[in-house]
Amino acid sequence: MSNIGSYEKRIRNFSWDTAGEILNWKEGELLNIGDICSDRICRMGKGEKPALIWEGFGDRSSTYTFNDLKAYSNGFARFLTEQGIEPGDRVCIFMDKIPSLYFSFLGILKMGGIAQPLFSAFGDESLEVRLAGAGTKAILTTGKHVRKVRKIRDRLPQLKKVIVVEGNPDKLKEGEIFFDVEEAPRIDEFEVYRSGPETPSVLHFTSGTTGQPKGALHVHNSIWGQALTTSWVLDLRDDDVYWCTADPGWVTGTSYGIIGPWSLGATQCVLDSGFTSNRWYKFIQDNRITVWYSAPTAIRALMKDGDEVVGSYDLSSLRHLASVGEPLNPEAVIWSGEVFGGLRFHDTFWQTETGAMMISNYPGMEIKPGSMGKPFPGIEAAVLDLATHEPIEEPGKVGLIAFRPGWPSMFRQYWKKPDIYRSKFVGAAEDAMPEDLRQDRNLWYVSGDRASIDADGYFWFVGRDDDVINTGGHLVGPFEIESALVEHEAIAEAAAVGKPDEVNMEVVKAFVTLKPGYEPSDELELDIMNFIRKRLSPLAMPQEIEYRDKLPKTRSGKIVRRYLKAIEWGEDVGDLSTLSDE
Amino acid sequence: MGDMKEIVLEYIVDEYLDEDDEDEVSYDSPLISSGIVDSFSMVSLKRFLENKYKITLPDEEATPEAFDTVNSICKLVQKHLG
Repeated sequence: MSNIGSYEKRIRNFSWDTAGEILNWKEGELLNIGDICSDRICRMGKGEKPALIWEGFGDRSSTYTFNDLKAYSNGFARFLTEQGIEPGDRVCIFMDKIPSLYFSFLGILKMGGIAQPLFSAFGDESLEVRLAGAGTKAILTTGKHVRKVRKIRDRLPQLKKVIVVEGNPDKLKEGEIFFDVEEAPRIDEFEVYRSGPETPSVLHFTSGTTGQPKGALHVHNSIWGQALTTSWVLDLRDDDVYWCTADPGWVTGTSYGIIGPWSLGATQCVLDSGFTSNRWYKFIQDNRITVWYSAPTAIRALMKDGDEVVGSYDLSSLRHLASVGEPLNPEAVIWSGEVFGGLRFHDTFWQTETGAMMISNYPGMEIKPGSMGKPFPGIEAAVLDLATHEPIEEPGKVGLIAFRPGWPSMFRQYWKKPDIYRSKFVGAAEDAMPEDLRQDRNLWYVSGDRASIDADGYFWFVGRDDDVINTGGHLVGPFEIESALVEHEAIAEAAAVGKPDEVNMEVVKAFVTLKPGYEPSDELELDIMNFIRKRLSPLAMPQEIEYRDKLPKTRSGKIVRRYLKAIEWGEDVGDLSTLSDE
Repeated sequence: MGDMKEIVLEYIVDEYLDEDDEDEVSYDSPLISSGIVDSFSMVSLKRFLENKYKITLPDEEATPEAFDTVNSICKLVQKHLG
């Protein structure tokens, strides 16, 4: 029997209080995610249970108990406090998936700070935009990544502390501090910050069509959504060994790679190593992993490598598989059933802003391969008519995926951008404040994705409703790429769109016009690709560049991405009457 | 083959490592599994090889395993040079 049991019964009798019941939560207990995920598990008598089984590149590996998790997160909490970091300050975590990432995340929350994890493959320009946008006060990084911080530090007056947690302390520059939590005195007790449900906890940046990335702010109350979905969708139990492959630089890696599993006291594994099929299968085999939460891009890459590789490993420990990031194609669902002993990947849908799963396939419920599944109990979901924004009743008709506000893990604001926050709610008053919007059950929060609902209530993903590019399960904003492209010495104008890709769903394609004196060439294309890869990230790097004499524009001079995107996807280009004749 | 290895290694050091990087990369150093080159960045490395050696490397052969060391990369390129 799965944790969720009957989906229909859960829908009928739903209350978010169930999350408190599965955590054995008592009224009046401290609501602090850092405490709940470490100290509280120890108080329940599970201090010696393995919390983190970590493997890095080569032969590096280590195992940490919940007692260790408590002590090392305390170590970070105390150190940050001693450094003058105060509750509410944004503290960036910028490192690979090393153990200190996990310890520091909980430590920041324990001292009342706001954890701001960023993907370690970001280049200096991507990093600067996000640190400046959040007014980040401290950054925790490693010897490997501190170089990117050095390039931008002078332009970030609010960044007071640069703390290096791994590497050679002798290589630090002036103004940098070294702190290795495992070498420092063990801190078994720390007075955790008395946070409440609405105390800010995590700030994740996400990309939109226009402007620079925005910080989606979450609060400690999110844990109810994360814990309950971990229990009911991922079906985690006390004796499971769980692997979430996501990087905590993205929301999946924090909601389901830290908060959800550890709030339930589960043992989880982390592999900090580059992707190869053999390495991944060996990791599952060696650690006897039972529940595996991964991404379509990785699943398709595994599928591409063939069934023979899978057969070389003993993966019989697996009992439940789930996926997130972009729609999981039916072939991948069916393939997983064939090669993993009848286990099929259960697709889940949610986003940075929702903080937790919203639409999912549940253990025990029939999977329709290619479908997103059904709304999580307690979540009112609909697809809205593209023109009227009224819920669509007709099965199969495409509209905007929308949710009634008010679920616990919903983001509370875009950092310092109330107008953009307001724009996400259909029917919002012009002067509505974030605290009103997020509780108003008469509104719809619009996700930015399109889908249809079939006669059985299953949701079917169609695509983005905007120009944001979903590559390998990560959203990349075209504006950010275009802004960086025109910084290249050869480029006059640029447009970035998503083009279809077999493994990553979409990859970035750039259309550029060149400045006088530059000619298109293969060498220039490679130079532009590397330019973006280093400045922004490998995800943002165009995998194809098309040279044009001019780009399609409106009469007011705005580049029309939708025209270029439609061509890439072989779709109707629509009404071109607003395009300039120039 | 020796020249090719040198050229590929130099390109990787220039493009994927920082100037003061402590990592020592040799012909046998893991590139993908060590995280020096990620799956997205493989695309630009593949493009470099195709441009440099005027070949086309089929996607199905440009796997993380084939790109994991300078030695394995050069073996793949050599195969397509005929």
